[in-house]
Amino acid sequence: MTARSPDPPPPRVLVLGYGNPGRQDDGLGPALVAEMERLGWPNLTALDTYQLNIEDAMDVAAHDIVWFVDAAKTGDAPFAVHEVWPAPRIEFTSHLARPEAILAIARQYYGASPKAFLLAIRGYAFEFIEALTPQAADNLQDAVAMLTDRIGSLHAKVLS
Amino acid sequence: MSEMQTTPGPRKIVIDPVTRVEGHGKVTIRLNEAGEVEQARFHIVEFRGFERFIQGRMYWEVPVIVQRLCGICPVSHHLCAAKAMDAIAGVDRVTPTADKMRRLMHYGQVLQSNAVNFFHLASPDLLLGFEAPVAQRNIVGVIEAFPEIGKWAIFIRKFGQQVIAATGGRRIHPRLCIPGGVNQNLAVEPRDALRADIDRIVQWCGAALELHKTFVHAHEALHERFASFPSSYMSLTGAGGVMDLYDGTLRAVDAAGTPIFENVPASAYRDQLIEEVRPWSYMKFPHIRSLGREAGWYRVGPLAQLNCCSRIDTPLAEAARRDFMARGNGGLVHATLAYHWARLICMIHCAEKIRELLFDDDLQGSDLLLTGQHRPEGIAAIEAPRGTLLHHYVVDEHDQVTAANLIVSTTHNNEAMNRAVTKVAIDDLTGHEITEGLLNHIEVAIRAYDPCLSCATHALGDMPLIVTLEDAEGTVIATRVKQ
Repeated sequence: MTARSPDPPPPRVLVLGYGNPGRQDDGLGPALVAEMERLGWPNLTALDTYQLNIEDAMDVAAHDIVWFVDAAKTGDAPFAVHEVWPAPRIEFTSHLARPEAILAIARQYYGASPKAFLLAIRGYAFEFIEALTPQAADNLQDAVAMLTDRIGSLHAKVLS
Repeated sequence: MSEMQTTPGPRKIVIDPVTRVEGHGKVTIRLNEAGEVEQARFHIVEFRGFERFIQGRMYWEVPVIVQRLCGICPVSHHLCAAKAMDAIAGVDRVTPTADKMRRLMHYGQVLQSNAVNFFHLASPDLLLGFEAPVAQRNIVGVIEAFPEIGKWAIFIRKFGQQVIAATGGRRIHPRLCIPGGVNQNLAVEPRDALRADIDRIVQWCGAALELHKTFVHAHEALHERFASFPSSYMSLTGAGGVMDLYDGTLRAVDAAGTPIFENVPASAYRDQLIEEVRPWSYMKFPHIRSLGREAGWYRVGPLAQLNCCSRIDTPLAEAARRDFMARGNGGLVHATLAYHWARLICMIHCAEKIRELLFDDDLQGSDLLLTGQHRPEGIAAIEAPRGTLLHHYVVDEHDQVTAANLIVSTTHNNEAMNRAVTKVAIDDLTGHEITEGLLNHIEVAIRAYDPCLSCATHALGDMPLIVTLEDAEGTVIATRVKQ
């Protein structure tokens, strides 16, 4: 009888959504995170934050695949996906940080280079209102469907 | 990386191909008829609608709602709003447990926020040099050159957030405060986890200061001169002038260190400060009433916190303060780059205060909340990481907010940032070209103040910084966009 090798664990996926839910469509990132949390998949970590910061590199480094999720004021609707790579940079204020910079810290300090994507969900209005516009809400659902499918297929591939 | 294109011409250089660019920050340099720098202005894309957003809310909701103002310092807004709402709830002094829980959260917040500023923003300029290639002048370049820095940067920041989570239940948008007190004490398990790390944190803050001082001592002239000017300062201080970042009364001193006002409760801020509106900026320009519009501007933040206090009640920070103030030869320290040194001293102070509080049994007390006779108005101040933060609310008989006025530290520093940028432009601008070097130096000056992009969205599509050069008629002759 041959011992069956154990199934490889599914890749650890981080969905990191950021933005200000108090500024209408700027809350698309956190809204997507809320949707992904409901899936309850064990290989999926869904985190929301107001904006990226250096300590996010710790969470990034602990995963194999990272999805940064942000609202976009311009660009394709319902969403656009861009692969992102480490690229350190310095801003004029601590109130700005980009996925590339976070990935650079994860690589430099933790030696981790997860595959990373930026999911830019198109938003339209950014006033002081705690609700998405109807158009943005539609875009969100399309983005959730796409991301659920992509992460779910990874999950299924490992389990099959 | 910045991008630049030029169109030949005798006076007009069109550099920016982007016709409609919204930037998080914008610098406009105006030349006079002689082609010399006349003035420079730093504009922040700030949304002023937030105060209206608060109107109509129940007053007890406000400490939670105001955290939407800022992703870097939500805790400062949470605490300042809570203090103002204490007044509306008729509570002048919360219980010792509530006071110490709030203080612990505040020191955690200031520690982690100052750590981000110093390690992420300032250290690349200071430790690698202003002129280091921009591809290297970032936190990764610093980690390569000084591997320990990476550890300090991430773990001090993380520790501060653990303090916030331990006191407020979560690291982002915590919910500790309610009008009249707090809704929890400090559990023993997270307290013990924090106790296990605090000595290292204190040590690392001290080590970061020593490293910073090596830069200063190697570049004394640059440190003193760069974007520098004398000014007045304002901050909260405690009894007898001791540094108190959480509470106290307002104190302002002139450039010679002579008090302009002191022992002023936050509730009387309008007796001392006027907020001026200028047509070219969304930001307000507060100034000291007794000095008038032209002379009444002042600075807030770590440099002001050091210049306004007479001592610090934690030993390592006090020793560092004495060393720092010796640079003023008996007077104040005015160098813009000294903000970073002062920031590190405040970090040491916060770490020492956290250590004190972690061994204070009051934090496990159960007396959390007081009530009183409701009042229609509440005003409070706190020393946020970037300086004095003022919250002012009026509520009606239905407990709904009818008016709100918030003065954030970046607003206090508005005029000072304009002057810092002007100084850089005078020193560095040659001809009509916005060079990479000029852009770099403008950023270095702004980073000392670390302006808060209050209420800003962070959606993709905004440019971080735009610098525009105008002639005496206001015609744009050059623009450079930092992508």
